[in-house]
Amino acid sequence: MSEVPEHILRRSAKARAAEGRSPDEVPATAPSQPAEPAPAAAATAPLEAAPAATPTAAAPAAATNGGATRDLAAEEAQFGVPANLLRRGAMARAKAQGTPVPAFAGESAPATVAVATAAPTGGGGAAAAPPAAPAIPEGVRTQRLLTVVKAGAIQKVKTEPHDKVSTWPHLVLIEFVALIVITVALIVFSAFVDAPLLELANFNEQPNPSKAPWYFLGLQELLAYFDPQVAGVIIPGFGLLGLAMVPYVDRNPAVRPSDRKLAIMIFSFFLFASAILTIYGSFFRGPGFNFTFPWSEGIFFDF
Amino acid sequence: MADGDGKVGLLERVKEAGSHIRTSQLWSSIFRPGSPFRAGYNDSPRNRSYVIMNNVLYHLHPVKVKRHGVRLSYTLCLGGLSFFLFILLTITGIFLMFYYRPTSPAAFEDIQALSTNIAFGQLVRNMHRWGAHAMVLTVFLHMARVFYHGAYKPPREFNWVVGVVLLLLTLLLSFTGYLLPWDQLALWAVTVGSNMGRYSPVIGDQVSFALVGGVQITPDTLLRWYVLHVLFLPFIIVIFMAVHFWRVRKDGGISGPL
Ligand code: HEM
Repeated sequence: MSEVPEHILRRSAKARAAEGRSPDEVPATAPSQPAEPAPAAAATAPLEAAPAATPTAAAPAAATNGGATRDLAAEEAQFGVPANLLRRGAMARAKAQGTPVPAFAGESAPATVAVATAAPTGGGGAAAAPPAAPAIPEGVRTQRLLTVVKAGAIQKVKTEPHDKVSTWPHLVLIEFVALIVITVALIVFSAFVDAPLLELANFNEQPNPSKAPWYFLGLQELLAYFDPQVAGVIIPGFGLLGLAMVPYVDRNPAVRPSDRKLAIMIFSFFLFASAILTIYGSFFRGPGFNFTFPWSEGIFFDF
Repeated sequence: MADGDGKVGLLERVKEAGSHIRTSQLWSSIFRPGSPFRAGYNDSPRNRSYVIMNNVLYHLHPVKVKRHGVRLSYTLCLGGLSFFLFILLTITGIFLMFYYRPTSPAAFEDIQALSTNIAFGQLVRNMHRWGAHAMVLTVFLHMARVFYHGAYKPPREFNWVVGVVLLLLTLLLSFTGYLLPWDQLALWAVTVGSNMGRYSPVIGDQVSFALVGGVQITPDTLLRWYVLHVLFLPFIIVIFMAVHFWRVRKDGGISGPL
């Protein structure tokens, strides 16, 4: 049996005391303590061993912290704890608890309480035990409950297990196919559609209309309605900042579309607004950035 | 093995040579244990794990991924396509750099020469240009997909912010590249675009000056934007992409299922 830490012993002693038993009854430190403590020992002790023993004395008697005679050599053989340590422990315990120092077999000891160790004289259940060893009544389990660890504390499962597949081949294959598809699509498209190239850049001749690249045409479109400072700086600036702040503003943890209608509505509004502005600026603006229909006056737009 | 008249068939010879190569020290030093290219690969759960774990791929992918995450209908592969397009743009861009001088008017002449003097020059230029536009589009759509899945919610908030930086960098890459052909389209589109920066409150003139390298676009601007386009911005975006991909993994892989 392994050493039981002192603080646990103290705690269990306290708990037992709280249950209504007196502290000197506490057999907490006994390595060979029967699982059924005082009452059982009290019942058997008078019958088997020492008629003189009162129930209160009998309980520690079976244990090793009372005034019992202890055969340290036998205990050493049984528990693998050196006899001198057992002895020192028993003395210290006696001192701490104010109980009489136990007698040690083979030593002249102050045997103050004459109670039975079950050992040599123990009949009945203890008969099978080797003569020198302290009695462990048969059918009595000698394990002690140290502490109860609830399953939840060990197996803390934070996430549900997911249904997973091997990255190879399942994901890598899809990625490979996607890579091939996009490469082939790009080559084929590029084989048929040439990138635009106009005349050499000329600082003195501004084309009419002059348009920004398509992804800025929504902003250029806004320039037609707002002050340049608003359309060119404030709106894109706050737009970008607002975009970056989305996760910190939207505190709703739901991911199901039906549980986040407002967020989806707001985002969709901006998405469609910028798409419409971009398309409008690209195809419906002609010379002087004035309104045109692409089908009547042609498209003033280049990629 | 020999066929009927004692001659060794061609197929057998090829097979034998193949297995000879695959068991050579050179070959097995290149492909680590568990590689499907190694001799004796068999399809087992253990080897499937090794393919990723013993491979440079382990920098990008875990050994296992959520089943719904590999469904094309979930991500539409848009983030992946953005990345692939970036790789294609890097490859085609390096090709273009061989033939391009960022000075006026050489820049324009070099681009013109691509369509006449250089094998595949026009094709590669087209790929670079269309690829760039496509990347802006896929990054936008990727962002929308992430939003509609609520995939920016904890613990992925910061990866969304990294994504916004990637969006900005993508636009800047595209915009700086737009000037490089040094034709009328390039010059005036960039003029209109960068004029917007001039209206920044307080620091407008300084912003515009730093961007353009002067009070208006000049050949100096061309050199400045060239360096930004081929060196500085790709360098920065690669760093942010690395953080982005790393966070996708560390935040527990792909989000969902819904
Ligand atoms: C250069 C641009 C970008 C590249 C190459 C890129 C790449 C990727 C890749 C490969 C993934 C894995 C899942 C997928 O394919 O959908 C991903 C996920 C993600 N991206 Fe991006 N991305 C880019 C821009 C953005 C932008 C603009 C945003 C948002 C503003 C963003 C936010 C996210 C988030 C939050 C995830 C996690 C999604 C999830 O777990 O479902 N990314 N990105």
